[in-house]
Amino acid sequence: MAGAKEIRTKIASIKNTQKITKAMEMVAASKMRKAQDRMLATRPYAQKIQNVVSHLSHAHPEYHHPYLAHREAKRVGLVVISTDRGLCGGLNINLFKSVITSMKEWDAAGLAIDLTLIGTKGNAFFKRFGGNITASAGNLGDAPSIVELIGTVKVMLDAYEQGNIDRLYLAHNVFENTMSQHPVIKQLIPVTGEVDEQLQTHWDYIYEPDSKPVMDALMIRYIESLVYQGVVENIACEQAARMVAMKSATDNAGNLIDELQLIYNKARQAAITQEISEIVSGAAAV
Amino acid sequence: MAMTLHVDIVSAEAEIFSGTATMVFAPAEMGEVGVAPRHAPLVTRLNPGEVRVQTQEGDELSFFVSGGLLEVQPHVLTVLADTAIRADDLDEAQAQEAKARAEKMLSDKSADIDYAKAQAELAQSIAQLAAIKKLRERM
Repeated sequence: MAGAKEIRTKIASIKNTQKITKAMEMVAASKMRKAQDRMLATRPYAQKIQNVVSHLSHAHPEYHHPYLAHREAKRVGLVVISTDRGLCGGLNINLFKSVITSMKEWDAAGLAIDLTLIGTKGNAFFKRFGGNITASAGNLGDAPSIVELIGTVKVMLDAYEQGNIDRLYLAHNVFENTMSQHPVIKQLIPVTGEVDEQLQTHWDYIYEPDSKPVMDALMIRYIESLVYQGVVENIACEQAARMVAMKSATDNAGNLIDELQLIYNKARQAAITQEISEIVSGAAAV
Repeated sequence: MAMTLHVDIVSAEAEIFSGTATMVFAPAEMGEVGVAPRHAPLVTRLNPGEVRVQTQEGDELSFFVSGGLLEVQPHVLTVLADTAIRADDLDEAQAQEAKARAEKMLSDKSADIDYAKAQAELAQSIAQLAAIKKLRERM
């Protein structure tokens, strides 16, 4: 009988794998819900700070913040947010692909690129791919706090202020729904606020103590909140992608088991038939 | 009806308070400020301390903020609260750490590179074995 035992062990091992992927799917599903809540919790702050920034661009402060000024680009900075762990389908690879496409475009335009990486997968990828990596952060966990990102973002902001980079971009995944996430690369600096045409009256804030420190503090927080939002959204994407990937892995394991079961049954039946015919022919010979 | 202003207290990680108030006190950098409805537009940094909100019902709610920004419009007040203690030298230390992490990651040849190398070698050996097997079959 051809390998009935081998087939049985194989089925058992696939069943074990299926149990693991099933468990991972359920864990990812529950984590995704929490990550989505966290993503929604960051929205009010982002919205408010966006409002303040767009108000400020209408007011006419005597101090023009460098983050609002356009200057000719020679070198660009890119913050890439990836996941800390794998087994989440093509999420990271799709992001890296679009990052590499943009990097090639910038390269062709004669722009040098500085990278800041958030997430261990990005670290591992760009270490092999190459690129000028100026700062990195990883192992943020499921509930990252903004404290862990301050340093990473500051490296890029300092580079901008010192004139080492002239533009700053952010690459991360956008959560559309559970089934679909897609990578985006958006510009952080110079700040591109939506200009509300209705507010063209001339008025200004009272700044305490002075417009410069207030604007500085505001702009730094604005950029940080955008990066933080990206990180939180990317975590929601990671969990959703993992859930989908693990679901299809579980389904595939099920199909494989069904097929193997069929082969096993055939092998078993063939063995029994053979045995009977041997017995019958043996009895006839006697 | 008494005049009110809409108050939003938000931090980067969560919304803390949203509602109407008749008066708000906040620990601004230049000293505590009290904001009543129809205050002139104002932006200021906040020191760590207590933001007190007097609601229409006459209650006083208080929230601790570890710094942040206060924006006042005539009928809207926004507190952008920090969740972290901020100081220039602290931020600088964080930035140095992030740079150090990148350098360490780049100089650390062992972890991922070895894995990739091992994978490549494995693929090569499998190909070799397959070739040897074919040769044997032909003999």
